[in-house]
Amino acid sequence: MFDSIALHKAIDMLPYFLNVLGLGAVTTIGLTAAAFVVATLLGFCLALMRLSRSRVLSLVASVYLEIFRNVPILTQLFILYFGLTYIGITLPAIGAAIIGFGLNGAAILSEVFRSSIRTIDRGQSEAAYSIGMTRSLAMRIIVLPQAFKVAIPGMANFAIGLLKDTSLASAAAVPELTFKARMLVSETYQTNLIYFLLATIYLVLSLVLSHWAARTERRLKVVKEN
Amino acid sequence: MAESTPLVRIEGLYKSFGNLDVLKGIDLSVQQGQKISLIGPSGSGKTTLLRCVNYLEEPTKGDIYIDNELIGQRLVGTRKVPMSDKELARMRTEIGMVFQRFNLFPHLSVLENIILGPLKVQQRSRAEAVELAEDLLNKVGMFAKRDVFPEQLSGGQQQRIAIARALAMRPKLMLFDEATSALDPELVGEVLGVMRKLAEEGMTMIIVTHEMHFAESVSDQVIFMADGNIVEQGPPRQIFRESQIERTRSFIRAVQEH
Amino acid sequence: MGYGELWEATHVELLAAAWATLQLAFGALVIGLIVGLLVALARLSNSRPLRRAALIYIEVFRGTPALVQLFIVYFSLTEIGVQFSSFQAAMIGLGLNAAAYLSEIYRSGLEAVPKGQVEAAKAIGMPHLKVLRWVVLPQAIRIVLAPIGNVAISLLKDTSVASLIAAPDLMLRAQDLSSVYFMPLEIYILVGAIYFALCYPLSLGVRLLERKTRH
Repeated sequence: MFDSIALHKAIDMLPYFLNVLGLGAVTTIGLTAAAFVVATLLGFCLALMRLSRSRVLSLVASVYLEIFRNVPILTQLFILYFGLTYIGITLPAIGAAIIGFGLNGAAILSEVFRSSIRTIDRGQSEAAYSIGMTRSLAMRIIVLPQAFKVAIPGMANFAIGLLKDTSLASAAAVPELTFKARMLVSETYQTNLIYFLLATIYLVLSLVLSHWAARTERRLKVVKEN
Repeated sequence: MAESTPLVRIEGLYKSFGNLDVLKGIDLSVQQGQKISLIGPSGSGKTTLLRCVNYLEEPTKGDIYIDNELIGQRLVGTRKVPMSDKELARMRTEIGMVFQRFNLFPHLSVLENIILGPLKVQQRSRAEAVELAEDLLNKVGMFAKRDVFPEQLSGGQQQRIAIARALAMRPKLMLFDEATSALDPELVGEVLGVMRKLAEEGMTMIIVTHEMHFAESVSDQVIFMADGNIVEQGPPRQIFRESQIERTRSFIRAVQEH
Repeated sequence: MGYGELWEATHVELLAAAWATLQLAFGALVIGLIVGLLVALARLSNSRPLRRAALIYIEVFRGTPALVQLFIVYFSLTEIGVQFSSFQAAMIGLGLNAAAYLSEIYRSGLEAVPKGQVEAAKAIGMPHLKVLRWVVLPQAIRIVLAPIGNVAISLLKDTSVASLIAAPDLMLRAQDLSSVYFMPLEIYILVGAIYFALCYPLSLGVRLLERKTRH
């Protein structure tokens, strides 16, 4: 199974593997961060639309949500990729990936935002109205700052899920982690070692992300106490 | 007694929540400087009535005038149209409300809770707002706690700050929605003390309360409500001691048995 | 060629592939439910190494992408002489992945049953196993039904990943048909619609469940 020559050969290539995978990891992190920003901005708008008193806006947001949550993200990516070429827009694959993950993520995050806004006690808004705040001012100064803190765990969970989902971008030849790994495997046939490294790097990234989120949440609580 | 325009005028107020009729035709006037207490059993509609005054509840039917201005609706020709959010907010700056559960803003300090209205709604300068706030904090006896956060305070302290927050807007009218009902008994006194001082200074107040002694001593008029109607209205002595209406008398009796 | 004609030409194959997708999802769900139970039991057991092992399993399967897990099951295991078909590898990989989430769902379902009830049952002399059977489990099952439903929906969508190890699912069929008809956008939109038709009723069902099992 493992003869010592093959093992040595594998270990010799380790620095090379780590180098290549390291570049892939940078792309993965960049892709995740960019898509996260898109998803947050769009998801926030969607949440407000869902909560608005306009039936039309609320309906549009609901339809968006249902479509993006009931179709696999891989399918969405392919539709976006081919759709963009169809209407004549040529984006680099990573651009399409950022948009695709962002659009999908917006659906998920909008629910996180919506439910965290709803956890804020109605009495808070009423107190704000009673001192003469308009609905939008009350939302901006009173409800949203409180809702944001509540939303952090949900956003962190989403970010970790997003990090893992970016592996699907390998299907569109985006040079992220998984794509680089597949390349290395077809180059060197060191399947086990490479996939083991691949899994480990993802694991490390997601652990780092969840620790960072927990620390941010804790720090926000401390800031308040000062 | 010459009567100038009432500060609050309620005409034919009906309010239903779905199939439940909570207010069944209320007519009421409050003169400037009057203290009106609303008493009655739970479900009588007194809190709903109070919340209609600053339009936190939208009446099903009827009109409410604050200083002769219709609140929540506008007259367009002969039709009534909902008032814009901005207009409603403007009218609400003249009406202060104190809630049963205080509803202080937990992410802001005591001082920030109080200056928020003057600063962001009335566009006063920060210096002006802080001066006003510190003045009020002194008045309610909470100056020392101005940099503290609400969760570190007792219920009585939070409610006194809530009163200061409402007063910071310099309202013409103060509404109290069972301001002491959520407080431990030993903390009730400090809040009633502030309310009493406010009354003595001439503030127009509508008070929903279960504190009968307080209602009797502070009010000009007491209104007894039951089942969505005003059963009886009159000076405290009439309601608490000399009522000719059985419904009123049995309520007063039941309440005084405690 | 319009959508109508395209559908005429391809729907037999697409629906057959959709059926394969359903089978894949169902098989993975069964594997996940069983393995998830084992992992949950290990997590709650009295043996420290078992608990450790369960925790590691959960961390690893939740911290790495499903695609990578499928790669390992399909490609890496050949080196130790195990060769699954791509369909089998997908089912096993997705099942093991789901097991990690399901085990946590089982655990929180059990923990959500108020301890006071267990104490009350024991206080009237009910033996431990009967307490489990009659007091804890019925309530725990009510609590976990909706979350399990959500896992099922996710599984249905995740089967699309199987196409990337060439398992014969709906997405792979879509890829094939794209190169036959040269209308990739339209094909993937049809495929998206099929997934929607499969997942949306499930979502509605789960939401109904959520409302019914909320106390």
